[in-house]
Amino acid sequence: MNPRITLAVAARVLTQLRRDRRTLAMLMLLPCILITLLWWMFNDMPGQTFDKLGPGLLAMFPFIIMFLVTSVTTLRERSSGTLERLLAMPMGKGDFLFGYALAFGLLAALQSVLAVTLAVGVLGLEVDGPVWLLTIVAVTDAVLGSALGLFVSAFAQTEFQAVQFMPAIVIPQILLCGLFVPRLILPDGLRQISDVLPLSYAMDAMKALVDGSDTGEVWQDVAVVACFAIAGLALGAVTLRRRTA
Amino acid sequence: MMNNAIETRDLVVVRSGREVLHGLDLNIPSGSVTGLLGPSGCGKSTLMRSIVGVQKLASGTVTVLGQTAGCRPLRDRIGYVTQEVSVYDDLTVAENLAFFAKVLDVPKSVIDKAVQRVDLTSHRDQVVGNLSGGQRSRASLAVALLKDPEVLVLDEPTVGLDPVLRRDLWQLFHEIADAGAAVLVSSHVMDEAERCDRLLLMREGRIIADGTPRDIKEKAGVDDVEDAFLQLVESNGVDA
Repeated sequence: MNPRITLAVAARVLTQLRRDRRTLAMLMLLPCILITLLWWMFNDMPGQTFDKLGPGLLAMFPFIIMFLVTSVTTLRERSSGTLERLLAMPMGKGDFLFGYALAFGLLAALQSVLAVTLAVGVLGLEVDGPVWLLTIVAVTDAVLGSALGLFVSAFAQTEFQAVQFMPAIVIPQILLCGLFVPRLILPDGLRQISDVLPLSYAMDAMKALVDGSDTGEVWQDVAVVACFAIAGLALGAVTLRRRTA
Repeated sequence: MMNNAIETRDLVVVRSGREVLHGLDLNIPSGSVTGLLGPSGCGKSTLMRSIVGVQKLASGTVTVLGQTAGCRPLRDRIGYVTQEVSVYDDLTVAENLAFFAKVLDVPKSVIDKAVQRVDLTSHRDQVVGNLSGGQRSRASLAVALLKDPEVLVLDEPTVGLDPVLRRDLWQLFHEIADAGAAVLVSSHVMDEAERCDRLLLMREGRIIADGTPRDIKEKAGVDDVEDAFLQLVESNGVDA
């Protein structure tokens, strides 16, 4: 790997996104709109449902959106011939993957700062732990989404197929991450499955933050999510083949 | 001192269960423009992919500049233009070149020269996706010219171009070859044959003729390469 090339990839991806105003606007605004929608739904109801669900959503948006964006853009790169050209050049696979992860990580950070600011500052989401840590958790989730997106793009031949990986890979994680049913009371079998899914730890981290538990616990969960992200990138590197049939 | 920039020995490539190259033995020299001519689907692109080292080989060897094709030190010394336009549609010509220049570690100053060589100076700051087909393929070609390559592999670079521009590009290929590089250009249009120093005529995964355009025509006793191609196919059958 070479920092010059990694940064060149990241800068290029950001330039491409800057040109695509509509995508950029959606990336930044959609999470804010959805979190507002959630607040509005529960605003007049008894109980603190928004406080319970809000943090989970803040963890989930960056994950879902980055998964989609990354799987489609990398697939485009694979099918347009630019990937083949880059791999015939002195470009390491790590440069390619980390360049992408860097660019999308940065974008995710921006997205999360906006969503968290809105949720906590305007909509009155109660967070007992430090708010900046909420952003860290969200960014880690976004990088995880990017890493998984990179990985699955290897198994899709078309953009249609890539989008179908979202219900296959993302939705089961959303169902089992503890948002709907606390993970501890999931039936046997499902609980064990939820234990090996990365989004569960993202949600645990958010929960620990909101409950004002020890930040050590939050960091532990963040570390688990980061490990999943790194494993995803490593698997992604394996799927990038210089020589193809 | 070896002067064959590219050598293949008994090269066999299988793609989706079908053998596409049937044991090719080739020598491609430095300092000249070699044309790889043959109908669409005859294996030209597969051969080129093998030379730049992105194609899985079933058996045989490909040696480029004395090293195994695709090995790391070679990646700096080869220029490759795929048949598809392999630049980013949502970046400008200059932005594309600036990115690839960084990957190749060449100074920014070479960008303008590359743009000028493919005659895109007036479109330098336009987004590639808004350019015409010919302009887009020239943008793709410019990337390969950023770092004076020792081996330049061009897969159908002149398809659909204006004749004036085509002439200028062939002149450019010769300039690059005169500077010592091995230039391999594929085409399915036989009338480009005359512009090459050497020709490889290819059909159904085999090389059916290898020589200067004049040799090939003389041997066949005809005065254009297309007729020579026809005659070779008819006299030799498939087993050239």
